[in-house]
Formats: sequence, C-alpha cells, structure tokens
Amino acid sequence: MASRIATRFANLKAQGRSAFVAYIMAGDPDFDTTLEILKGLPAAGADIIELGFPFSDPMADGPAIQFAAQRALKGGMTLSGTLDLVARFRTMDRETPIVLMGYLNPILNRGFETFALDAGAAGVDGIIIVDCPPEEADPVADALEAEGISLIRLAAPTTDDARLPAVIRRTSGFVYYVSVAGVTGVKEADAGEVAPAVARIRKASGLPVVVGFGVRTPERAASVARVADGVVVGSALVEEIAAAIAQSRDPVSKVLETVASLSKAAHFVRADGPLSA
Amino acid sequence: MNKPLTPNDYSAWPDETGRFGDFGGRYVAETLMPLVLELGKAYAAAKADPAFQAELKNLQVHYAGRPSPLYFAERLTAHLGGAKIYFKREELNHTGSHKINNALGQILLARRMGKTRIIAETGAGQHGVATATVCARFGLPGHVYMGATDVERQKPNVFRMNLLGTEVIPVTSGTATLKDAMNEALRDWVTNVHDTYYLIGTAAGPHPYPVMVRDFQSVIGIETRQQILEMEGRLPDATVACIGGGSNAIGMFHPFLEDESVRLIGVEAAGHGLVSGLHAASLTGGRPGVLHGNKTYLLQDAEGQIKDAHSISAGLDYPGVGPEHSFLHDTGRAQYLSATDDEALAAFQLCAELEGIIPALETAHAMARLPDIAKDVGKDGIVVLLLSGRGDKDIFSVAEHLGRKI
Repeated sequence: MASRIATRFANLKAQGRSAFVAYIMAGDPDFDTTLEILKGLPAAGADIIELGFPFSDPMADGPAIQFAAQRALKGGMTLSGTLDLVARFRTMDRETPIVLMGYLNPILNRGFETFALDAGAAGVDGIIIVDCPPEEADPVADALEAEGISLIRLAAPTTDDARLPAVIRRTSGFVYYVSVAGVTGVKEADAGEVAPAVARIRKASGLPVVVGFGVRTPERAASVARVADGVVVGSALVEEIAAAIAQSRDPVSKVLETVASLSKAAHFVRADGPLSA
Repeated sequence: MNKPLTPNDYSAWPDETGRFGDFGGRYVAETLMPLVLELGKAYAAAKADPAFQAELKNLQVHYAGRPSPLYFAERLTAHLGGAKIYFKREELNHTGSHKINNALGQILLARRMGKTRIIAETGAGQHGVATATVCARFGLPGHVYMGATDVERQKPNVFRMNLLGTEVIPVTSGTATLKDAMNEALRDWVTNVHDTYYLIGTAAGPHPYPVMVRDFQSVIGIETRQQILEMEGRLPDATVACIGGGSNAIGMFHPFLEDESVRLIGVEAAGHGLVSGLHAASLTGGRPGVLHGNKTYLLQDAEGQIKDAHSISAGLDYPGVGPEHSFLHDTGRAQYLSATDDEALAAFQLCAELEGIIPALETAHAMARLPDIAKDVGKDGIVVLLLSGRGDKDIFSVAEHLGRKI
C-alpha cells in the first residue's frame, strides 16, 4: 500500500498543485476543540495536517507556539491524547496525511518501539522531531520504519551541500525546509532565497520539499507555493486560536476561515507543472 | 537502550559523537547542527594549539589570579572531628567563582572563530558576571539571558553585569528560571547563526560543550592534585563539590577519575526535601531524558515534560545535569548526595563563623554533607571541598530566609 503522504503528493502533482499544510497544536486549548478543527481542516483546504504535540521546553519555537504548548499542557494534553485525536480523526478521514511535530523527550519517555506501534495504530503517517538531528536519529528511525511511519527530516539554511546527504538519509514522505534561520513564526521567508534551496533539496532527495517556519500571510503562502511542493502555516493559525480564546469566541470557525483563505492562495498558483525536477 | 556500562578508562570519554556511555550527544535543531559541528572542530584545533593554551594560561595567572589556594580549614576540621578538611578556594578567583575558568577559555575560542557577538544564560548570575567580564576584557558585546525570577533574587549580579557593559535580558517564558534562560539563549543562537557565539556556562548542552567546559574547569582538579601532594604527600580520600549543571564538580573530579582511591562526591540541591518533589536533584530524583542538546538525568513527569527545579540557590535551580555526571553516576565512579535548603543555610552560617569565609549558597550544599563525609572518611583521612564561589551575592536572600532585615 502506498503511503498516504506519497499518494497525496502524487494526486497534487497530477493536478499541478502545491500542498497546503496546516499546523495546529494538539489540545490547544482542549481535546474537543482540536478534534473539531481537525475534522474541518480537509474541507477548508488542508492537504496535509501537521499536528504538534506539546513539550514544556520548545527550544525551536517562537512565542506563538510556545504559548500554544503551554495552553495544551494546562489543558491536560499528552502524547497519548495526541494519538487519540489522530485515531478519532481517522474514523472520519482515511486520506488526509497527518504528520506529528514536536520534541524528542516525550517520545523517548514512552519508548521508541511503543510509540511507533501506537502511532501507527492511530493512523499517524509521519513525524518531525525538531531536536533529533540525523546524527541521533537511528534508534527512533528504526522503530518508525518498522511501522511504516515516515521520519520527516528538516533541512535548514545552514545545511550545506556537504551535509545534505546525511540529512536526507533514511527520510521518506517529504523533506521539510526550514526557510529562515530562526524560531517558528518570527522571521518571514523570502521566496527568492527559498527557490534555489528547494530545488537543491528536491534534486538530492528525490522527494517533495515542503517549506515552513516563515509563512504567515496568503501572499507569502502563494509566493512560496509557486516554488515549493508544499507550504506550512503554523504560528499564524495558532495565533488565531489565541485571539479567539482571548475574545471568548469560537476558535474552530476562525481557524478554518483562515485556513480556507491561505489554502486558496497556496493552491492554483502552479499551472507551470512538474513538481519534481 | 540502557546497555550496561563497563568502562575501563573513565577519562577516555566522550567518544567522537560526544557520548559518555549512553549520555551526551548532540540533540539540536538542524539549523544549529552545522554550527555545533563547526564548534567541535574549532575547539579541537584550539585545544591542540600551544599558542591558544599559552594565552589561556597567561590569562588564568595574571587576570583570574590562578592558581587558587588550597587551604586547610583547621577550625572546621576540629569542629567536625573527622577527616582533615581542605578548601579549594575558587571563590578567590576574579569575579568570585570558578565560572571565570570556562568564560576565559570560551571567549578566546569565540575570538579565534571570528564571532563578534556573545550570548549566555545564567542562573545565579555567576556565569553571567564571568561572561560579562570577559566580554568587557575582549571588547565583544554580551547579551545574557536570565530568568525573570532570578533577576529578582540576584539583583547585585544583574547590576554587576550592567556595569560591565552587558545587556541582561529577563526571560519570562516558561517558568522564568535557568532552564528557560537556556531555551531563550538557544532561540537567539538559532536566529543569529552567523555572528553569534553561545558561551554556555555549565558542562551540559550539545557536544562539544560538556567536554569543552570540563576541560576549561579541569584546572581546578589539576591544581588540587599538585597542591595536596605538596602539602600532604598523598592524594585525598575524597573530594566534595556541589552539583547544579556540575561544571565545578567535573573540573575537580576529572583529573582524579583514574585514582580509584579518591572518592568523588557530588551534592545536589534537595530544596524542601526529595520526598516533597520540590528539589533540583536530577541524579538522585530524576531519570534519563533529552533536554538542551544532551541526553542526561532530568527532572520530568510521567509524560516526559520537564519539571521545575526548586532550590534556595539560583545556581543549582536546574532540572538537568551535565551528561558526564550521569555517566559517573550510572557507573558508580562518583557518588551523588543531596542537601536541603535548610541544611545549606546552616552550613553557610557555620562556614562564615568558623572559617571567616562566606561561601556561595551553591557551595553551602556541598558543605552540608561534610559532617557525614568527614566522619566516614575518619580522622586520618583527607577531604577536599571545592569552594566554588563566594557568598556576597547571597546575603540578601539568606537574610530573608533567616527573617532578618538588612
């Protein structure tokens, strides 16, 4: 069986489209709200869902996702709870890929094999572990591969040609290009600088390249989607949740509206055709 | 995963990937990984360069005031009635603690790497002051991240850093203590990858920091070894040091690792007591995990979320420990004890009254275990306590705990 991620990119490629990837934090601010958002994301135009699992010390995240993690932890979200969300979503949607994103310690704490088994059973397709570079990844990669879960690797502006092969070794699904040197949601990506990096990584890996860390607006999403196979928006969505909570409004509709406008911008900008060079 | 460790040469670690047995490593985001690898190469080259070592030695002697004395604490020895107690007087160094040893080494490396901006984290402010000092001495701009809670309880050191021209950035994220200051420094580094050098203050973080900081602090143990041989004609039976991240302790322990007759004793902060859950004893009250770039013992909950540390001493208030200590703990080569806030306060006062030395509250934790250790080692024995810092910075918080107004 082809993986959900590969199938999704193949379909998008056939349509000449880039993927819109929506990031939200599991349990922000509670289980039920996240489940409602998850349910609505595919119809709002999310081709892939990136689901953050909270960690107390998110070193690579800017304030928006730091606060989201704190809200989620305060609301009692755990790694088990995150997998429950995925399992519940999977009863309704068998096609949309879900990629978890977070830090190593909660996974290490659970045990790599146990985690991989549980994540596979829940219907997780891939995972991004921010603080686990390829040099440290073999034990967790072994466990994930055994369950057919992609370990999605991060490539950064500091990843040079000499290092790139090590970064994409044992990766599958797609490569996540961190478009700015910095934390999530602070600096803005420059599509002019992103394009050559994406081409370089795509050529070296033979995989779709998805760009994140510096995309907040529909305009930026469109310009990045023009040069990459997918574009991730996270902090901007998480900020909508924070704002809705502060105004005692329903975060679900607010986030889904934003996703709709972002995904519309990201889609239909690539009449130019082939996704892989 | 937890394979049994059977090292035959304790001091041969870490391996080339920065592992001390199962501990250490380089758990950083990809953006930082090339920088960490470059730092490893730059440090290896500097370490092998006689000119680098000569410049460091010159600064240690003429700027920091090394060697620090080894002092026979006669009245404390008589009071405890056991082994002879010596103090290794790191509090007499320039800036008042062992932190200057590491700051000098790393600022020379930063300059050699062409970095033009220095960042650091600090808890009690001792490392912040040492960093601010070397930034001033070498004309590099310094930015020190400090938890907002610590800024409040360590005001004298904040002012000291400001006087030295360093910007102190209060950190309000997370729990606003040392771990959050370290998170914030890592966020700064990942954002300013081209010009910035992260001057980590303890023997933790991604490789090569644990080994580099240990090397720069090992001057403590190397001098102690020579001094005790001159004064007593033999090695001590035990050395005792406090453990937060553990840079002072590893500096003392490392040169004695292969002398199996020398007991190496680290003392962690037990805060309100280990059973209370409100402590900073990662080794005696935590379990292995990954935080801040390394695998090591951490205070964490059942879900792998990092727990807040609690200690009267801001310098020990950290939920992790350097990976080499985790290794020495698991192999049994070093022994780790703990002391509560109250025990440390009592030892603080005893040292001041008997020896005329006001120790740092961090050091007072190690002193608090001296009665048991001196008794255990016995009258013919020798114990060296690492007096890691002076306590002037702590007088306000001590007065508050004693219910006195100053």
